[in-house]
Amino acid sequence: MSTQVGSTQIAETFAPMSARRLLVFGGIALIAVGMLFGDIFAVFVLHQNGGQTGQALLSASEAASAGNTLGVKQAFERIGGLLEDHGTKVDTHVHMTDAGYLALLLALIQPYVALPQKHKKTLARLFLAGGLLLPVGIFLIHYVGLAYSPFAAIGWASVLADSAGALLIVVLLAEAYGLWKWLARRAPVDEPDFPDSRTWERRTLMSGGTILILLGFLHGGWYAGVDLYRHEAREAQILKNMLDAANNGGAGTVVQVASYGSLAAEKAVKIAAHSHVIEFGLLAMLLSFVQPYVFLSERWKRRWVLLLLFGSFLLPLFVLLELNLGLVAGGIADIGGVLVIVALVAMLVGILRYSGHLDAADGAVR
Amino acid sequence: MSSARKVLIVGGLLLAAFGMLYGLHYAVFVEHQTLDRMGASLAQAFASASQRDTVAAHGAIDAYAATKYNYVRQVDVHSHWIGLGMLLIVLGAAFDGVALSARLKTWLAISLVTGSFVFPTGVILQTVSHGAVYASTLAIVGSAIVMAALIAVAWGFSRVEQS
Repeated sequence: MSTQVGSTQIAETFAPMSARRLLVFGGIALIAVGMLFGDIFAVFVLHQNGGQTGQALLSASEAASAGNTLGVKQAFERIGGLLEDHGTKVDTHVHMTDAGYLALLLALIQPYVALPQKHKKTLARLFLAGGLLLPVGIFLIHYVGLAYSPFAAIGWASVLADSAGALLIVVLLAEAYGLWKWLARRAPVDEPDFPDSRTWERRTLMSGGTILILLGFLHGGWYAGVDLYRHEAREAQILKNMLDAANNGGAGTVVQVASYGSLAAEKAVKIAAHSHVIEFGLLAMLLSFVQPYVFLSERWKRRWVLLLLFGSFLLPLFVLLELNLGLVAGGIADIGGVLVIVALVAMLVGILRYSGHLDAADGAVR
Repeated sequence: MSSARKVLIVGGLLLAAFGMLYGLHYAVFVEHQTLDRMGASLAQAFASASQRDTVAAHGAIDAYAATKYNYVRQVDVHSHWIGLGMLLIVLGAAFDGVALSARLKTWLAISLVTGSFVFPTGVILQTVSHGAVYASTLAIVGSAIVMAALIAVAWGFSRVEQS
């Protein structure tokens, strides 16, 4: 049995080219592209970048050992460039997926935003434009640098990212104003709420998402209680050992740099597992709201829901296991990410099918 | 709209706005100076080592570690307040789907909002006095409240409405 395309009640909540429809399509697309970028980054950039940073740190230690202050400075400049490369790619991934989450969140609250439909549509378009341009700008920061920039420290890519970020803030403020109008006047708005169905898909995504978030919280609590202070003390000690080794003619420097790399990897996988499991939980909960619009058979809808939840458990679990199993676990984690992306795209296709049928039935498509 | 949903949505919006304002303040007035201090301490440590000054090198590493301790917690507070705010808004939108009594749902909503505010507050207080027990206790209590409430909510979502 498929979603009831003809159901007037559900159809009314998904009007052609409405702000909600734009935000649902754009939000899911941003999340899917952001995740795909994250997967590509994890496979082709992350480990290579970490290796190069370790090499640069070793060069800094060797320069210190040789009493070469200029060499230390050059090595740190190289480390700065590598960290910028790494940081901007992580930020591109995070900002694109988070903009998608925010778009879905805005789609949820549209019935409570007391603004004219025309303005809501404009705000939705501006939000999606900002949500796309912000990560693009961040990605370009490392490559554009200060080329042709009239500013001393800010390049054109930063200007693009900052402008897009400002656009997002303006849209959010406008949406908050609409919400405030609704709260203050208690005036009904001309848009029905999301369909309030308690289907199997919705309950599974909601409870599965909540459990994922709960697991993320438990892991975060464990990390804060057991690992955080230990890691901080270890990092300072390794750096001191590294400098002592450099002072003693360089013997043992390689071991200390390797220890520093291991510690950085341990911290990175634990934080990545914590943040990914929570983000996937939030994604599952947000996707539960759009299930009535997924125009697929019940069997396939359930399959995509289970695949999404399975991938959401798989990725953070195997990210954690990377410490023990190495690249094999990394590969399995990447597959988990791909499963989430596949389920997400399948749901998007279902929603596109739904809107296509809806518009054709209404004669909206000419 | 039920009182539980109002508590969650308004609480979530306020928490997210508070987290963003804190982040804006931090980015404009604190972050760059902090990052500069961290980078400078680390470079200073290696430069001191290149001049065979071990005491100065270790001192610079200690300064780097102290600055990083604060930086990690300040960034964490910002992201946790906003993240928890978003979670509260999503839960608020879906709270009618929690198959529990209205009274219990209101208490769960209040617990979620309280825990979400208290937990990051405990984390930021750790920067006032490094390793302070009261701050860690506050963070643990806040996160425990959120987790206990989330277990109840997950159970409520998975139940089929009896009425």
